[in-house]
Amino acid sequence: MAAKKNGPVIALGAVLAAGLAAPLVTGSPLGFYLEVLIGGLMAGVLYSLVALGFVLIFKASGVFNFAQGAMVLFAALALARLAEWLPAWIGIPAGFPALTLAFVLAAGIMVGLAWVIERIVLRPLVAQDPVALLMATLGVTFFLDGFGQTIWGSDIYKIDLGISKDPTMILESMFQGGILVSKEDLIAAVIAAGLVILLALFFQKTATGRALRAVADDHQAAQSIGIPLNRIWVIVWAVAGFVALVAGMVWGAKLGVQFSLAQLALKALPVVILGGFTSIPGAIIGGLIIGVGEKMAEVFLGPPLVKMWDLAGGGIENWFAYVLALLFLMVRPEGLFGEKHIDRV
Amino acid sequence: MFYRENGQFKSSYREDQQILGIRQDRWFIFGLIAFAFLVVPFVASDYMFRAILIPFLIVSLAAIGLNLLVGYCGQISLGHAAFMAIGAYAAYNLVVRFPQLNFLLVLVLAGLIAAGVGILFGLPSLQIKGLYLGVATLAAQFFIDWVFARVKWFTNYSPSGSVSTAPIELFGYKFDSPVERYVLVLAVVIVFALMAKNLVRGHIGRSWMAMRDMDVAAEVIGIRPMYAKLSAFAVSAFYAGVAGALWGFVHLGSWEPAAFSINFSLNLLFMIIIGGMGSILGSFIGAAFIVLLPITLNQVLPPLGALVGMNFGTAMASHLEFMIFGALIIFFLIVEPLGIARLWAIGKEKLRLWPFPH
Amino acid sequence: MKLRISIAAAAVAAVTGALAPAGAAFAQAKEQFFPVLSYRTGAYAPNGVPFANGYVDYLKLINARDGGINGVKATWEECETGYATDRGVECYERLKGKGPTGATVVHTLSTGITFALTDKSFTDKIPIITAGYGRADSVDGQVFKWNFPLGGTYWGAADMLVQHIGKKEGGLDKLKGKKIALVYHDSPYGKEPIALLQERAKMHGYDLSLLPVTHPGVEQKATWLQIRQNRPDYVFLWGWGVMNSTAIKEAVAVGYPRDKMYGVWWAGAEPDVRPAGDGAKGYNALTFMAPAGIGKVHQDVIKFVHDKGQGTGPKNEVGEVLYNRGLVAAMMSVEGVKRAQTKYGKKPLKGEEVQWGLENLALDQKALAAIGFAGFADPISTSCVDHEGGSSARIHTWDGSKWVVGPDRYTADQQIIKPMIKASAAKYAQEKKIAVRDCAKELASSK
Repeated sequence: MAAKKNGPVIALGAVLAAGLAAPLVTGSPLGFYLEVLIGGLMAGVLYSLVALGFVLIFKASGVFNFAQGAMVLFAALALARLAEWLPAWIGIPAGFPALTLAFVLAAGIMVGLAWVIERIVLRPLVAQDPVALLMATLGVTFFLDGFGQTIWGSDIYKIDLGISKDPTMILESMFQGGILVSKEDLIAAVIAAGLVILLALFFQKTATGRALRAVADDHQAAQSIGIPLNRIWVIVWAVAGFVALVAGMVWGAKLGVQFSLAQLALKALPVVILGGFTSIPGAIIGGLIIGVGEKMAEVFLGPPLVKMWDLAGGGIENWFAYVLALLFLMVRPEGLFGEKHIDRV
Repeated sequence: MFYRENGQFKSSYREDQQILGIRQDRWFIFGLIAFAFLVVPFVASDYMFRAILIPFLIVSLAAIGLNLLVGYCGQISLGHAAFMAIGAYAAYNLVVRFPQLNFLLVLVLAGLIAAGVGILFGLPSLQIKGLYLGVATLAAQFFIDWVFARVKWFTNYSPSGSVSTAPIELFGYKFDSPVERYVLVLAVVIVFALMAKNLVRGHIGRSWMAMRDMDVAAEVIGIRPMYAKLSAFAVSAFYAGVAGALWGFVHLGSWEPAAFSINFSLNLLFMIIIGGMGSILGSFIGAAFIVLLPITLNQVLPPLGALVGMNFGTAMASHLEFMIFGALIIFFLIVEPLGIARLWAIGKEKLRLWPFPH
Repeated sequence: MKLRISIAAAAVAAVTGALAPAGAAFAQAKEQFFPVLSYRTGAYAPNGVPFANGYVDYLKLINARDGGINGVKATWEECETGYATDRGVECYERLKGKGPTGATVVHTLSTGITFALTDKSFTDKIPIITAGYGRADSVDGQVFKWNFPLGGTYWGAADMLVQHIGKKEGGLDKLKGKKIALVYHDSPYGKEPIALLQERAKMHGYDLSLLPVTHPGVEQKATWLQIRQNRPDYVFLWGWGVMNSTAIKEAVAVGYPRDKMYGVWWAGAEPDVRPAGDGAKGYNALTFMAPAGIGKVHQDVIKFVHDKGQGTGPKNEVGEVLYNRGLVAAMMSVEGVKRAQTKYGKKPLKGEEVQWGLENLALDQKALAAIGFAGFADPISTSCVDHEGGSSARIHTWDGSKWVVGPDRYTADQQIIKPMIKASAAKYAQEKKIAVRDCAKELASSK
């Protein structure tokens, strides 16, 4: 089983690369091609941010946290609504100051939430079957969906980061028509990159971070050298909550904060399969691959498919990510950067 | 005192192999079936039939199917509603294209078609397992949804992509009223539930459980993993297909792919985990829990709120419904991670000893 | 053992009893019961809430101002569907037996629920009003006895949009070679207009591309990249809920001009444009019946309902597009009952009797003005063959803070739509094995 089977991996990679290059060969303008690529990367950044939360929790506690999407929604709702209410409550100016304070408060709320989840849900279920834990997080999802709408409301809310939404053209001299990029997307990418650096520093440089990594490597060994598991779990859920808040902020600023944000969480599953369940860089790169693959497929593969079989519209991006993940699984079950102890049949 | 097997001796192999070995159990189940057939049709209201009993029964059947796969064979599926969709659309196309076919035959054929697709999407299970397999079934879910929404032939070129079915006719008898539909569904579900119960006691079921408990050991004692896993996928998808056809024809009457969405799949998974993995009875209990609880909460909460002087609208009731539902799932997992069926089994054990402590 | 069974039986019976609708208890009350299927939670709540508030406020107004419908008090109960078909069916089953005479008339408020309930209407005999939505072929009252797509269908809406852009281009013949993209909600709702747009494409020679958006509609990047690539001359938006505002935002992001975007009447309300901020300026949509604004009926609502502290939602939403549409929908229900009362008497009526009222509606401008809807509803005149009762609309444009209604009024071209309706309804009747009514005969026998 452990024998190196790189052939299929290379084959799949080659097919993907060929797929990526195909539109150019068939005569799509380079400018537009790059736009799709950028659009895909941007979507990928958002997927990555959610997948990051999954990976953090899975690493530290072996729980597949289905509630990550609900946490994103909850955090974004808290941020948007607090930024709206704070000026009226304590009279600080609306706009950036209110948003900053709201961010801090929302982060506090997410930490509190992490503590409650650990106390009420995880601690009684410790050492249970992974499926039971997964179900418990589904329960948390339902609870947060209802609770979030109860206290924050179910309308569409705005998070205004004060970034212009109008697109700008770049490289107009190089390509016909130029490339359209939006500032918002760039800032989202910067925020995501910043978050990843922050997390890396946290894991590498702080004592807590090192303890977290120890727990991720081996629960029992970590416990035997005196690392308190319960506290570690609270911390990791809090960190995941913070990641959710950042993801919620970026998404909310782009799309508006509404109940349907939580639905995007399912997309994180193929991302973590692709990147590996336990790898933070894997989550990022997996997200980018899924994002790009999906948009490319929809834009370049969809229309010919529709024409060929007389389909009622495209929409292949709905399943593309999952099929890609499935293909990938067949050739490399541990993911791009995952650890190799996945049991194959 | 009442419930114990003292004095019930088996004197033949036949008796020893009964599905329900204990006389009291047998009576209880027979009583329940008789009640469902002979009493319920006369006392329940239209609302009970159409909004609760019929969906409950059909969903139970689908949950049994999923339980055969997940609970007995240990293979996870996050896309079982897709197999229901296959059954529903297969049945629709059979009825549209061969109108003279008997509806029961259509059901079986629809199930068989779903089983074929199930085997196809079960193939990855030979390679991977656990959550990884879950992704493979998710791919099935989204891909199949997409196919039915896009390929016009499957919906008989319906302009809105929604299909409608004619009323069900069997042997010249029209199943129109809710009661008739209920009886039809009940009969189908009981037959299939008994078949499932028998299946899991038999050779196939045992090989599934062996795969679930330890695949390597199972292989060593001579169980072919390919045969065991693919047969589990086939049987499970068959059940889902039949349930899907019933869901479309008997419960909805007209539907679009969204009727078999990912949420339906997740709900099915809820049912078997709450009800009890590896238990036919658990499938029913879980289905009851998931079908009844939201509806009951939704109806009971506003009057309860009024009782304590709080007047909340449907929105608040709906939010509370979500919250209580989520909290109850967590509660049951903490109290009994093996599902409500396990509580039932423990209760039976206790009852055997009652009123004496030992 | 017997004991155990009987306990179980008793328990089941108790549950049965508890859940069964307790309708028979107040059989003689002088009340007309209106079920309200609404969605105040979930992905579509931003649009569902104002509609539901408008609907309920109008019923409150009828009771507070007029003392009911000619003395028959209006009662109602809301049920949350969450825009999900199965929950909608459950709600319908729960509410259909309530009140002294059962449910009067149902507004399904979702195309999926409409499809499901249409099947049941033939046995339940409860009319379904789908004002501006539902299935287009249900205009044919000879097949769809119980469906009333009052005031317009999606085929009509699509037709009017094509007429409008034809006019803008200087004639329908100028549409030849033009590119139109339909961005639609991937559900029966979004797919309904396709048939007509394709029919029209055959006539005028424009090129139609179909771009479905998956529920709930927050992922549209690829859709709009395709639009950026193909640069269609016009984009028709057939969205609902959060999908609409997302579409406008994505249009901003790819630089597609908003004044080339035309929404159906469900993609042309305040919750659709406000989240997009300034980006929504110039975006157009059809109006259905009531545009935004305050008329006599609104003043009454404020005076009799909101000022008494009885308002269902916040006071400032009175006069918004979707709120007004809720008012109009409730008005249709009430007028149907009023019309039926002229035949069956001023008492609580059954759904079956209200069906007659809805089928014989004759609301002209004068009648509308009398009930305070001057300028906020279009005349409706229904018959056994025509359950739509007229279909016309205007285009309104978002100027950044309010909707500005355009001057031209469009009427759906029945010459194109009628044959399509006939064919589709006939197919339905055949599939469902429904006996088609003979309207001429019914008319003769009632005289």
